[in-house]
Amino acid sequence: MSASTVAGMAEQYNYDIVKKFAIMAMVWALLGMSAGLYIASELAWPVLNFDIAEITFGRLRPVHTSLVIFGFGGSALFATSYYIVQRTCQTRLWGGKWLPEFTFWGWQLSIGIGVILYMMGYTQGREYAEFVWPIDLGILVTWVAYALVFTMTIRNRSQPHIYVALWFYMAFILATAILHIFNNLAVPVAWNSLDSYSLFSGVQDAMTQWWYGHNAVGFFLTAAFLGMMYYFVPKQAGRPIYSYRLSIVHFWALSFLYMWVGAHHLHWTALPDWVSTLAATFSILLLLPSWGGMINGIMTLSGAWDKLRTDPIMLFLITALAFYGMSTFEGPLMSLKSVNALSHYTDWTIGHVHSGALGWVAMITIGSFYHMVPRLWGTKLYSTKLVFTHFWVATIGIVLYIVAMWVSGIGQGLMLRAFDQYGNLAYTFVETVTFMHIPYVVRALGGALFLFGMLLMTYNLYMTVWGARREAIDVQDQSAVAVART
Amino acid sequence: MKHESIEINSALLIILTLVVISIGGLVEIVPLFHIKGTVEKVEGVHPYTPLEQMGRDIYVAEGCYLCHSQMIRPFRDEMLRYGHYSLAAESQYDHPFQWGSKRTGPDLARVGGKYSNEWMTQHLIHPQSLVPESIMPSYPWLMQPLNYGDIADRMKALRDVGVPYSETQAEYDANVKKFGKTLADQFHIPNAIKSVKEEAASQNWDGNPKEITKMDALVSYLQVLGTMVDFSKYNQGYFSKFR
Repeated sequence: MSASTVAGMAEQYNYDIVKKFAIMAMVWALLGMSAGLYIASELAWPVLNFDIAEITFGRLRPVHTSLVIFGFGGSALFATSYYIVQRTCQTRLWGGKWLPEFTFWGWQLSIGIGVILYMMGYTQGREYAEFVWPIDLGILVTWVAYALVFTMTIRNRSQPHIYVALWFYMAFILATAILHIFNNLAVPVAWNSLDSYSLFSGVQDAMTQWWYGHNAVGFFLTAAFLGMMYYFVPKQAGRPIYSYRLSIVHFWALSFLYMWVGAHHLHWTALPDWVSTLAATFSILLLLPSWGGMINGIMTLSGAWDKLRTDPIMLFLITALAFYGMSTFEGPLMSLKSVNALSHYTDWTIGHVHSGALGWVAMITIGSFYHMVPRLWGTKLYSTKLVFTHFWVATIGIVLYIVAMWVSGIGQGLMLRAFDQYGNLAYTFVETVTFMHIPYVVRALGGALFLFGMLLMTYNLYMTVWGARREAIDVQDQSAVAVART
Repeated sequence: MKHESIEINSALLIILTLVVISIGGLVEIVPLFHIKGTVEKVEGVHPYTPLEQMGRDIYVAEGCYLCHSQMIRPFRDEMLRYGHYSLAAESQYDHPFQWGSKRTGPDLARVGGKYSNEWMTQHLIHPQSLVPESIMPSYPWLMQPLNYGDIADRMKALRDVGVPYSETQAEYDANVKKFGKTLADQFHIPNAIKSVKEEAASQNWDGNPKEITKMDALVSYLQVLGTMVDFSKYNQGYFSKFR
């Protein structure tokens, strides 16, 4: 692509903001996954806590989860949603230069400051909603601006239809706003204090938190990434989505059902049984739209399966969908009360989350980025071969991770409920801790492999962008020479 | 109505999506505030004393909930290991709740009274000195002085969210009736600073009587966990009717 057409595209679409978010997504991915690797290693070798308050497991774990979910995942969603909304609506991003820019700085600063505060011991103590109240307000303002930019761009579309990917992003933006507001209702200790107390307590607080917690998975980590899937899978395959009708069913059923299932995180607790039964029932139902979506994505490749041999980007996208199918099968299974009695409180949950987060969320993002980044800079990918390497390193890493967690989780669950022949407990708690050591080492190894894959990706994308800039400079030089000659 | 009419109308898409995503939460959350049996009728549960609340805030700040649950489930193994299953009533003053989701370490819902103050302190400073296989981090900085200057503000904020700490004489009198004079004195916000000092001095929490430390607060919190309800007062099966 020549420099003049790149300039033309730049006028039609705001790619600058997409590039910024894409770069930050990679930065947070590396930092967040390094934090993850470090805390995984702390569990295997506790000496790594070094008696330093800021890096103990309890303070670093929210750093890991917030950086990968909101830093990496969030920035990737901003980037892809701004990219897709412009391209499918065939209009420039609404809000001029400054409003999208505001969403960028609002998001990055909230996350950056928020995680530093975790390390200093400032947290709300709510899983995946640990940011203190001033950060929550920052996120809220940013989110309103984001919703405005996104919605107004859709309203300015020069196409009559709103493409299916945008429905999913829309549901994600709306649901995240509702969840964020209600789960973070709190009264600050003082206007100049970072601490606050949640509005609800005990059982109601638990229900609100897990309604939030599971729908952070449902809308932030699923619906929005399905939006990514509905755009990039057909694009990369060069074929239309398998079934438009299935997309419609997928969208409405998923949006409706997800909001009911949060309480499956509270089976057998002091939460009343009726809520927990309702949540388990809807969790089973949720298997249908989830697999509907998976089939819709994978079958898009029908008739072009050979691409899996030649196109590693396609490999990432389709494997992501396969992991999506696997974890949306495992999820309903774990939401059954009898299975949950064993799996809850163990590493099985951690493994399940990571088969979703690494297998589905990260892989669909990686595939989408390999597709999008060269197009943003108007160039070709530096190395396809490296993408193949990345794919295998990442896949082996994930498999090691989740298998280790199955062993550790199911093993601990079985040990804790084992009785000896006299009806006494067969194991003490600390015996299960000893048992988990080897799975913890293997898990750290799996995580290290995945992180290594991300480093390969960063190098590959860096070289891609660098190559594009060199091309642009070459073209400029040549035209300068041409001008000098006349 | 054809689905196409939604696909070409962004306002309709937004409204319908909002309706669809709101139903589940409304049906499952709102009734929990109104159905009476959600929180069991039980005697003995009271708010935390100022020192215990300061300890709880440290528990939250250090992220203890990421490895320790405070929610015993009604299973035989958990009953043998930890005690009676947890009641909703027992966390009714917990802002935020700390039920947790992962047991890298054991449940703490009824850890109160199981170990001596001395053991707790030693274990927090260096867990491996008592449990060699433990993978818990050491928390030596808990021996630093406790900053309790804002305890009154903390209690006021908690009062705003529904914890019955008292500010007025009428509220204090109500607390005397409900919780007895000793506790009511501690729950009285104007007494807050005094009450922290007195409670810290009332026991040898951390082996250092000279200073009020973070350890004093945290150990006092851990020692009250799960001790408020006297289960011998209730028939077997009494609590199951609330589930």
